[in-house]
Amino acid sequence: MHWALVLAAVLAVVAVVFVARPFLRDPAPASDRLDELAPEARRRLALAEERDRALAALKELEFDHRTGKVSDEDYRAQVGPMRRRAAEALRALGPAEELRSSPGG
Amino acid sequence: MAPLGRAALLLAFGLIAYALVAGSYGAWRRRRRLALSAQNALLAAFPATLLASIVLLVALGRRDMTFVYVWQHTSHELPLPYALSAFWGGQEGSLLLWLLVLTGYGALAVWLNRRSRELMAWTVPVFALVGSFFVFMLCFVSSPFHMQPAPVDGQGMVPSLQNPYMLAHPPMLYLGYVGLTVPFAFAMGALLSGRTDERWIVATRRWTLAAWTFLGIGQLLGSHWAYVEIGWGGYYAWDPVENAALMPWLAATAFLHSVMIQEKRGMLKIWNMVLVALAFNLSLFGTFLTRSGVIDSIHSFSQSPVGGWFLAFLGVMVAFSIVLIYLRLPLLRTKTKLESLVSREATFLYNNLLLVALCLTILWGVLYPVLSDAVRGQTRSVSKPYYDFFLHTFGLPLLFLMGLGPLVAWRRASLRSLGKTFLIPFAAAVATGAALLALGFGSAWPGLLAYTFSAFVGASIVLEFVRGRAAAGSVFRLVGRNRRRYGGYVVHAAVVLLAIGIAGSSAYQTVRERTLQPGQSLTAAGYTLTYHGLTSVKGPNYTGFRAQLTASGHGERFNLNPGMNDYQIEGPSNEASIYHDPRTLGDVFTKAQIVKGDKIDLQVFVKPLVNLIWVAGFVFVIGSIIAMWPDAVEQRRLAARYAAGAAPAGI
Repeated sequence: MHWALVLAAVLAVVAVVFVARPFLRDPAPASDRLDELAPEARRRLALAEERDRALAALKELEFDHRTGKVSDEDYRAQVGPMRRRAAEALRALGPAEELRSSPGG
Repeated sequence: MAPLGRAALLLAFGLIAYALVAGSYGAWRRRRRLALSAQNALLAAFPATLLASIVLLVALGRRDMTFVYVWQHTSHELPLPYALSAFWGGQEGSLLLWLLVLTGYGALAVWLNRRSRELMAWTVPVFALVGSFFVFMLCFVSSPFHMQPAPVDGQGMVPSLQNPYMLAHPPMLYLGYVGLTVPFAFAMGALLSGRTDERWIVATRRWTLAAWTFLGIGQLLGSHWAYVEIGWGGYYAWDPVENAALMPWLAATAFLHSVMIQEKRGMLKIWNMVLVALAFNLSLFGTFLTRSGVIDSIHSFSQSPVGGWFLAFLGVMVAFSIVLIYLRLPLLRTKTKLESLVSREATFLYNNLLLVALCLTILWGVLYPVLSDAVRGQTRSVSKPYYDFFLHTFGLPLLFLMGLGPLVAWRRASLRSLGKTFLIPFAAAVATGAALLALGFGSAWPGLLAYTFSAFVGASIVLEFVRGRAAAGSVFRLVGRNRRRYGGYVVHAAVVLLAIGIAGSSAYQTVRERTLQPGQSLTAAGYTLTYHGLTSVKGPNYTGFRAQLTASGHGERFNLNPGMNDYQIEGPSNEASIYHDPRTLGDVFTKAQIVKGDKIDLQVFVKPLVNLIWVAGFVFVIGSIIAMWPDAVEQRRLAARYAAGAAPAGI
């Protein structure tokens, strides 16, 4: 029985040390503040999601057109606005993103 | 041994309680080290729970009757695999399994997403909130480590649980039930942190799919167990506990579809939160049903003190979900609207409404007897016709939508192009329906409709692969580049097989029953079964009899041996004998009872196409694996998105 209690005590000590690790490793941090997305970073993240959605929608449209689910007429009517939307999303993210997301980029 | 198990559980309790309290405070006050420390506590709770589980497994393996739990659920004669399966055969053990899976999932999910600190700061306390309930129950209400002076032998295991399927069915269900905690914890964590972007969806996409797959497979294994072991000739009885597993699966199915609309169109953020909360709370409800003793079911544990606790916790979690979603409504509202009622997203929406409607009607069927008893004091039951009616009402349109959805383009589809893509599947369905009608299948309209709609869905899936292959160049390239879509289609094919199997084996089954003496025969659906007499059997912990039958029909000759086992401690159990006919993909299912001497009462069920249900399980797993398989290109894109998104302003 004693060995069981000793083992339990050892485990408890190991667990406490592991839980206290962030404080033991960094006893006097310059900042203890939890990372938080700044409003600008949130805006950029929303734009990045919008860009990905717009590019994925274009890809889907191309694929649906090639597989016959979207007629030529519907394709022509939809592809222009969708390209504009994707371009707007890329522009809003800045020139670096435009390059990164371009077909050759 | 038991003190070690108790100590491990107390340690887990301390760690999880700390993760809840310190994690919530750290996230609220934005304290980095405290949030990390709470995260570590959640990680450490898993090995502590694992140790407690190992202690119980060792006790079960050794048939250590000083453990009350071991004494209640095993005996010295019980074979080792079944003794170990008693881990989930009783209430305390199954609560421990819940906690083990929860802490395991929690630790892995937290570890994999540890860099996303803002989201994890609130996700950890939500995991801990759920975990704290289970660990509290195990420590203070329903412990598997109660001791007693060792009796001579245990009370044994219910005979129907002594079946190989019981080694896999409950763990699979638990992996599914508990797995739904992961998307719930991340979704609630996202709401608490105010991060309603898609980060939580990206983090939990595969977790949800895995939980949904486990839950689906768990139910199929359970159905097969009921079919071969319980011996009533069926595989699904609309038992409340069976329904309890089906409901979260339906809600998760709806979520898996609607979340795609959020990812592709940025819509349905509120609806997705509602579905995640619904699926999780239904999984808790299922656990409550099994443990409270409020319903009478083959699966449920007897009346126990945990019911009230469970009900209170369920109430807390439902209230928590509703209040949180309500408070965050302004963040969840989106400007994007549905462009057309004829579009892929619209069909997903219709499918969602039907799935949720089916789920809620099943919920009402489960709740009504309980509420009727509680409010009016009248015992009422909701039986098969109620469920069958709603299964036909919602299930058949769902099947149809499953075929229609892939044919419709995203955003909007003109009726002309839809008509063109619709033509081949529609023609296949009409031809199938007409041929079946001519062959006499009109005797059961739901069956005929199920076959016809299945032909429609099957043709639309084949068409999707054929057209996709032509566009992509090869099937491997096609599937490799669109794993979720084509994995989904394979899952749809599994549902088609399931629908055909269910329709065939229920709408067109033949049942015959007759008392036979040796030498007499019975005929059912073209099979003739001749009874020759009884033989006795003996197993490690039972004796029994088998009726000797020879059978012929549809070009096959085979033997069947239905009978009964009488377990020394646990009592009698039916032993069905089944012949799987490779030509019809159906079964000849027999069960026998001794009437007097060697005279038996023989029941025969001929169930056409029933084996497609089990084949569907394999196809379902293949489809799920394809859909879950990581896509390196997509992962790089998402990593770049969140790395860029998380970067400080100005970069």
